[in-house]
Amino acid sequence: MSVTTSTVPGAAPPRRSLGRSRPRYGEAAIKVVLVAAATLSVATTIAIVISLIPPTVRFFDKVDVGDFLGGTRWAALFKPPAYGVLPLVSGTLLVTAIAVAIAVPIGLATAVYLSEYAHPRVRRTIKPVLEVLAGIPTVVFGFFALYAITPLLQDWLPWEVEPRNALAPGLVMAVLLIPTVASLSEDAMAAVPMELRDGGYALGSSRMLVALRVVVPAAFSGIVAAVILAISRAIGETMIVYIGLGARPTFTANPLVEGETMAAYIAQAGSGDLPVSSFDYTTIFAVGTLLFAITFAMNAISIRLVRKYREVYE
Amino acid sequence: MTADAHAASARAAVQRSLAGQRRPLREYVFHLALLVSVALALAFLVALLSYVVVHGWDRLDANLFLNQPTALLRRIDEAGVQSAIFGTLWVISLTALFCIPTGVLAAIYLEEYGRREMWFNRLIELNIQNLAAVPSIVYGILALGLIARPPLNLGFTVITAALTLSLLVLPILIISSREAIRAVPNSIRDGSLALGATQWQTIRRQVLPVAVPGIATGTILALSRAIGEAAPLLLLGAVQFVTFNPSGPDSSYTVLPIQIFNLATRPQEGFRTLGWAAIIVLLAILLLMNSVAIAVRNRYQKRW
Repeated sequence: MSVTTSTVPGAAPPRRSLGRSRPRYGEAAIKVVLVAAATLSVATTIAIVISLIPPTVRFFDKVDVGDFLGGTRWAALFKPPAYGVLPLVSGTLLVTAIAVAIAVPIGLATAVYLSEYAHPRVRRTIKPVLEVLAGIPTVVFGFFALYAITPLLQDWLPWEVEPRNALAPGLVMAVLLIPTVASLSEDAMAAVPMELRDGGYALGSSRMLVALRVVVPAAFSGIVAAVILAISRAIGETMIVYIGLGARPTFTANPLVEGETMAAYIAQAGSGDLPVSSFDYTTIFAVGTLLFAITFAMNAISIRLVRKYREVYE
Repeated sequence: MTADAHAASARAAVQRSLAGQRRPLREYVFHLALLVSVALALAFLVALLSYVVVHGWDRLDANLFLNQPTALLRRIDEAGVQSAIFGTLWVISLTALFCIPTGVLAAIYLEEYGRREMWFNRLIELNIQNLAAVPSIVYGILALGLIARPPLNLGFTVITAALTLSLLVLPILIISSREAIRAVPNSIRDGSLALGATQWQTIRRQVLPVAVPGIATGTILALSRAIGEAAPLLLLGAVQFVTFNPSGPDSSYTVLPIQIFNLATRPQEGFRTLGWAAIIVLLAILLLMNSVAIAVRNRYQKRW
């Protein structure tokens, strides 16, 4: 090919400034839209607080904070009313304790198995199955607790079991929490550097010793974060306990009788279509404020702990 | 456990293995315990699914889809959940319309524009993580206080439900979309920018097309969470036995999870059986969505 074109070697193309020749309004406008979308999340949190505060203030105009937090009788929608929140708190803690006591060991064992023992192929099968378990609607779990687990308990246990009780929803909720505990703790264990494991093996440790004495301690803050998040989920869970535990506030530690949790009370009172001006309406928000404060604090602790292990290992 | 004890046990283990001993019994017991734990969770899933199918199968007929719910015991054997199926479709379509653009745009901002040194961006990030774990019933309270009643005053309608569920799943959607965007290697961005594309051109023509499968997977999972959610809608007027299909965004409504809840509040056998059948429908929808999500992930997942 002969060089007959007009390109002259050495002749530079006309120079153009690489600086900002003209302002790009489109780019700036897009950025504004993006910031607005991202800010919506902060707005949501603020909106939650705004929706909670005025009715809660109205509630505490009439009810003493000490009576609310220390009272052992809750009969908000009855006459005469009683506004002691402890029966709702005890119901919540009872179901949470049962669920967490079962879900944490099983979830942790699952995480250790997936992270330290399972063949990659096995892991690829089990993880989606756990995701499916985590994706089952809680109303289905509640239905199952009421109509499948409770009758079994009534048959098997030597004691009198009420049709609505804390044990059945506690057991079912444990299953709901297992994927949460397992997947978050497995993330933490996966972040433990291989060198630590190799060090353990080099010293002659077995697989079990490496898992229990090296990986679990190294991933401890992440595991604690997973447990706290599971507790927070259990405290805020509504449908399982509303269906399975019932709607009769009971200040008790007996898992075989009907009770009510904070979230279930909100669902019960909130679905009653109470007039906005009524005092009963404000009780939804007072209990909601307590629930939001507890879970928000626990989530914050959990997030902080996850940050901690990320900073150490990543 | 002290370092001394640790060293001692390590030494013992070394001696054992040097002596050619077999793995001690407790290793097998531990391994077995782990397997049993995993098996328990899987067994529960199998038990749940088979129990649901066994109890609801006979009721899974045309009536279920063609007829409306009823509160009357004498008509329960022909009743269905049509209004709830249509309600779920309405609510989820609007939820998708609201939350997908918002979620993806927020994720783009946080990954591509937001510098982590700025306190504002760190606040947004922290806030999203925390919102993802706020109980769903609290979103119901928010909607009851601000969306259904004044200032927005949208009433107990499809649109209120969709807005509420959008806020509920938005954190999940943002987190998964961010992961999808983060997985796109920087070399692609650098190449595009070096060729003179602006930042938005780079995002729109290079980053987003590659991230779409990941975003789609996260979106499907977030929407399937919204489909199964009942608690916030209990506060938003979905509880009655609604006997008509929604006519528009401002119509009153009910959804499948709420109908299942309603059926659980009636002790008679007929309501319970209809409940199991409705659960089959709900689980079938969710399993379908889950498998699509997993298929998309496996089909389009790129390794860089």
